[in-house]
Amino acid sequence: MKAADRLESEAIHVFREVAGEFDRPVILFSGGKDSTLLLHLAVKAFWPAPVPFPLLHVDTGHNFDEVIEFRDRVVAKYGLRLEVARVQDYIDDGRLQERPDGTRNPLQTVPLLDAITTHKFDAVFGGGRRDEERARAKERIFSLRNAFGQWEPRRQRPELWNLYNGRHRPGEHVRVFPLSNWTELDVWHYIAREGIELPSIYYAHERKVFLRDGMWLAEGPWGGPRDGEQLVTKTVRYRTVGDGSCTGAVESDAADIASVIAEVAASRLTERGATRADDRLSEAAMEDRKREGYF
Amino acid sequence: MSDLLRLATAGSVDDGKSTLVGRLLYDTKSVLADTLDAVHRASADRGLTTPDLSLLVDGLRSEREQGITIDVAYRYFATPNRSFVLADTPGHVQYTRNTVTGASTAQLGVLLVDARKGVVEQTRRHAAVLALLGVPRLVLAVNKIDLVDYDEVTFVRIAKEFTAHATALGYPEGAVLEIPVSALVGDNVVERSDKTPWYSGPTLLEHLETVPVEPDPHDAPFRFPVQYVIRPRTAEYPDYRGYAGQVAAGTVRVGDEVEVLPGGLRSTVEKIDTFDGPLEEAAAGQSVTLLLADDLDIGRGDLVVAGGRPRVTDEFEATVCWLAEKPLTPGDRVLVKHGTRTVQAVVGSLHARFDEQALSSVDSPGSLRLNEIGRVAVRTAQALPLDEYGEVRRGGAFLVIDPADGSTLAAGLVGAPLPVEDART
Repeated sequence: MKAADRLESEAIHVFREVAGEFDRPVILFSGGKDSTLLLHLAVKAFWPAPVPFPLLHVDTGHNFDEVIEFRDRVVAKYGLRLEVARVQDYIDDGRLQERPDGTRNPLQTVPLLDAITTHKFDAVFGGGRRDEERARAKERIFSLRNAFGQWEPRRQRPELWNLYNGRHRPGEHVRVFPLSNWTELDVWHYIAREGIELPSIYYAHERKVFLRDGMWLAEGPWGGPRDGEQLVTKTVRYRTVGDGSCTGAVESDAADIASVIAEVAASRLTERGATRADDRLSEAAMEDRKREGYF
Repeated sequence: MSDLLRLATAGSVDDGKSTLVGRLLYDTKSVLADTLDAVHRASADRGLTTPDLSLLVDGLRSEREQGITIDVAYRYFATPNRSFVLADTPGHVQYTRNTVTGASTAQLGVLLVDARKGVVEQTRRHAAVLALLGVPRLVLAVNKIDLVDYDEVTFVRIAKEFTAHATALGYPEGAVLEIPVSALVGDNVVERSDKTPWYSGPTLLEHLETVPVEPDPHDAPFRFPVQYVIRPRTAEYPDYRGYAGQVAAGTVRVGDEVEVLPGGLRSTVEKIDTFDGPLEEAAAGQSVTLLLADDLDIGRGDLVVAGGRPRVTDEFEATVCWLAEKPLTPGDRVLVKHGTRTVQAVVGSLHARFDEQALSSVDSPGSLRLNEIGRVAVRTAQALPLDEYGEVRRGGAFLVIDPADGSTLAAGLVGAPLPVEDART
């Protein structure tokens, strides 16, 4: 078997294990490339039956329009149910406060955990990959979270062969990462092989952006640009999709999949290092957020 | 040649495992600029003058604070010749369970020793764990060779001692290779060292790129644990009933006669389905959906087999690697997960504890503690179709689970997959 077939087969196996062992799984779906790939693999795992899980999007309110349009189109295409947990609702009724730096990415944790509790989800699929970040490299494929949604890295279960242990007590849930063993390049090669459609912002386009902390950020209702930050028009694309306040664009002419693959292969910057401000906060930013219940 | 190699590292504390992994990533240019910048910054913050490559892999806050590896991390790197999935496992005695985790899927184990210390207790323990779990090949990286002045005699002495231990564990000649390296300086990891002219073998990376990866044997019996029944009940597929799963061993072809265990029903494979179209045959590792000629009552937990029948039994002997702080005592009620079936079980008598140092066993030890390996009798509430682990790895592997809190207590291997001098004989 080729490496790509092995990765696909492993992810399909993981989807079917969860369908067989859990009562209320859900797929976290943002419309980004990893969750789009995740959904594609779920469709394959259960074909010709429909995907037996609903989708959940934690909406920061600072989205790229192209991504939301894409999200809704994909959900309709597969006839799935989409739950949306909105950070804006929490800010409006005072349960969350806007941060001084304007970023809503860390605010996602509370709506996420509330949605898990409200819907009694017991398995939550995410598109996280171990190659993204050092703390993610430590994550199991089945990752138990306590009743507060917290990750306890010292207490992780050993994961042996392909026998996944999904047992959990009431209130606990399991985060499931079928793409654990994929790298960014694996993802792109597979997207090319399968002809998977992505939001247009993954490919080169013209956009009004401004420079903040070395990153090209798009203008948006989240408070960018501020005084002294200059809007310029550049040809850019996105490597990741997230909250508009902390997801940067890269200057690029890669307008199709083949040029994106060539660009990613030659890049000297990691995906998150290049375009995610939230991971730059400290040496252990990702680990700290995961301990709080974030993905 | 296989385009993917899965390997696991193991070794004692402070043997430089994280540095070796960091060196492999660094010298294969698998580390990108921003990650490297972060390591340079963190090293400087700690007052170091050269970058500490172990910071590339020790991802947890407490790992960096203590300068040790606590949990398994998975790393991905590639050369033009091959891709690698590396399970980077901790060396501390209390985390031996993570070596078991890494070894359960590895095709090659890289053990590290400090050239100044040679083969130590932990080396023998880890080699035994790798052998027990059926990791087919070993590399001994004799690290810090620079600290013994690149001395050939020291290297040869360590290599001989290790070869003897590996042979006693059942490794054939050719399955084990010793390499003198310095992870810190980079000797013989990726770049060949000019300080070890007496060493004519490959560098670690050259070996990893060219070592044969044993494919699953073609004549292995077919094993297919049913994961999930696919029943669309849609207008387009009103009568579709497919058994979804991943082939655990062997090969199946359309037209093959199969048996479904533990019930013992027989049928013929009518179709092997995938999203991308039907297949004529499916082999170990492939996730497919089987359609059978007869309408049988089959569900999750059943095992479809052909080419030799596993033993169907509710009483069996097994080797367990105990992974929990709570010790095992005879009479414990547990859950056993084998394939896709989880059943209640009782651990009967504890026959022996394995001594990885002497490669012998100790009779009736009374209990098994964290990181100990023992031979036990298991009785299950329902019969399970079991292969010997030594013959069909996936067919003889199981988990022992705590019914109270769901934690994984042990890795279970049906039978006795390790050559041991039994103290009773």
